[in-house]
Amino acid sequence: MKLSVKRLMGATAAAALSLGIGAGAQAASHSDTFKIGLVTFLSGGAAESFGVPALNGGKLLIDMLNKGELPAPYDQKGFGGMTIEAVEIDEAGGATKQVQEFRNLVQREKVDAVLGYVSSGDCLAVPPVAEELKAFLVLYDCGTPRVFEEGSYNYVFRTAAHATMDNVSLAKYMTSRGIKVDSYAGVNQDYAWGQDSWADSVASMGVLMPDAKASTALFPKIFAGQYGTEISAVMREKPDLLHSSLWGGDLQAFMLQASARGIHKRMRIALAAGDHVIPQLGKKMPDGIILGARGMNGLAARAKGGELVDLLWDRYKAAYGVFPVQAPFRMWQGLLGVKSAVEKAMKANGGMKPTAEQMAAAMKGLSWEAPSGTITMALGNGHQAIQPNAIGTTKWDEAAGEMTLVDVEYYDAECVNPPDGVKAVEWIKAGFPGAKCD
Amino acid sequence: MDLLLVILVDGLIYGAWLFIISVGLTLVFGVLGILNLAHGSLYAIGAYATATAVGIYFAYGGDAFPLGSYIVMAFSALLVAVVIAPILERGLLRHFYHRDEVIGVLVTYGVFLILEDAIKLIWGVDPLFVYEPYDLLGMVEAGPLFYVAYDFLVIAVSAVTGFAVWYFLNRTRRGKVMLAVIHDREMSQTMGVNVDKVFLLAFGTGVFLAAFGGALTAPMISVSPGIGVNVIIVAFAVIIIGGLGSIEGAALGAVMVGISRAASVHLMPELELFIIYFVMAVVLFFRPEGIFVRTQTRKI
Repeated sequence: MKLSVKRLMGATAAAALSLGIGAGAQAASHSDTFKIGLVTFLSGGAAESFGVPALNGGKLLIDMLNKGELPAPYDQKGFGGMTIEAVEIDEAGGATKQVQEFRNLVQREKVDAVLGYVSSGDCLAVPPVAEELKAFLVLYDCGTPRVFEEGSYNYVFRTAAHATMDNVSLAKYMTSRGIKVDSYAGVNQDYAWGQDSWADSVASMGVLMPDAKASTALFPKIFAGQYGTEISAVMREKPDLLHSSLWGGDLQAFMLQASARGIHKRMRIALAAGDHVIPQLGKKMPDGIILGARGMNGLAARAKGGELVDLLWDRYKAAYGVFPVQAPFRMWQGLLGVKSAVEKAMKANGGMKPTAEQMAAAMKGLSWEAPSGTITMALGNGHQAIQPNAIGTTKWDEAAGEMTLVDVEYYDAECVNPPDGVKAVEWIKAGFPGAKCD
Repeated sequence: MDLLLVILVDGLIYGAWLFIISVGLTLVFGVLGILNLAHGSLYAIGAYATATAVGIYFAYGGDAFPLGSYIVMAFSALLVAVVIAPILERGLLRHFYHRDEVIGVLVTYGVFLILEDAIKLIWGVDPLFVYEPYDLLGMVEAGPLFYVAYDFLVIAVSAVTGFAVWYFLNRTRRGKVMLAVIHDREMSQTMGVNVDKVFLLAFGTGVFLAAFGGALTAPMISVSPGIGVNVIIVAFAVIIIGGLGSIEGAALGAVMVGISRAASVHLMPELELFIIYFVMAVVLFFRPEGIFVRTQTRKI
């Protein structure tokens, strides 16, 4: 019955459209659905911080798109008139399991596209399979630059900037805000994310603040939970700045333990991706913390405002009781990127449901507006996005009873991301050649 | 001098926390002969129960007597032990006492998987916070640094717990009966000891200590799914260093791990993850059964 109503509505819409523009060939496509696999962490350590907020944001946006509730240029229902149907998959279980899940999505579920993956390990493991199956794959979250710096794909795209811009922006923030840094320390997790983040930070500081010395670099185990010794080590060193890319429960525990010992009163703390713990920590996140959100996401996007941001912010908050942090923003830019590519491909093929090849051709080098700013597929031969970034400082608003971001600095995408064909670390070490900053 | 003091304090804080978690694990192994892989989940349930109970306490007027939250924490751990220990021990583990130790490991691994999902079913995936007890006692100056006084409370509680367990085992009749069961289960049974009762008491105490470790940890972390997984790995290292089943061994192992880890973080941070297992390897090289366990002749 549900299907019949959908078909009836689709047919009505198609008939109306064919009367209006005389495109009879589109009728069949408009009655169709677009099946998309959404893969993100629904269990495990990354679920609460990244996976679940992203999926919540994705479900909300898909519902709004299917009802045609977004402003132009996204006012056409679904994807090009096709109803979006999501198939949700838990990313937990490791790369081998995810490769199998991807095959299931493509070969058994017959999805038209897959949008997913938070883990860098999964982002490196799944693309070769997408190429083998000729399946349209969009990576929406993971940060490793290696996906397109070390690989080349036809059917694989990433709609979020890689992690390089997080630490380049932080270093630029120190210089532009005149923050005195003679020495800095780091507490980052002991795996690729933490190690790369610290390496990017040291390289960026080396270029922008060459007199600042990197002192203690600590790499506690992921999900360690206890940071008393690391906090003592940093406090004993007395650096001017503490850099950290901790995330999720680790960051929450670290901030609880560090702020109780007054560490934020003795040095500035810069969190490369720290916005996502604010809904949980609230006032326990001290004022004066320099905060990134891996893009112009969350509080930084709210501070800038805009029709799309305000609409999605209010709807997300109403639906889930908390404000959207970076994860839903990245899911939104991924979904809107797929929508833009699908509709561009449909324009080119006469309104038919596009094939994976047609979607890939449409997405290559594409540029679209998202709540997090203008996203451009500028790197990796048109397969890797760059996006603007923002860094701000935390300030608790006592009257409103909520955290705000003040002294926000916005960075153009081409200012904090390397040009195409240049490896991120080499670009930083060379002094950001080709960067276009206002 | 300041550096040595800081290493000592950091090491004792970490070691005290580890001891409370490890002592229950080693007690259960000593009495029941089961290496309880579900110990980490029981720690996590203790943390969740505490976060819930203390949250309720402060929501219903606990601010008037905030120190009462420490009593709530202890009762939360006790409640976990009273509810879960009989179900697991009477309902499941007793069927495997006479089987190979590997079977016990597999069974408790199954329990671990079930409890991890049960936690998500009951409390969901969103983290719980109960930081009030952590801030209550203020800060303490130790050498060049400031510490949260709660950390010293954990050291004190750990010392009292260790002493209480030692006193119970060595100075009370029930404790001596338990030692007799640890030493020779079959002979104790022949002498009229109700071994089933001893097993339940030992397992209940082990569950309480695991949950109590979780209760003490809850105020300083984000209580979220998976917190018990990493704890159990380090706890195993502690009891292997000290000797499986040895209370004194757990205490010495916890202090050795705590101090060596703290020294590594302050002096050679790149060795932080390696040092715990290096200490374990060195101990096992010279004492394959652990520091406090003598090599036993095989009974036929």
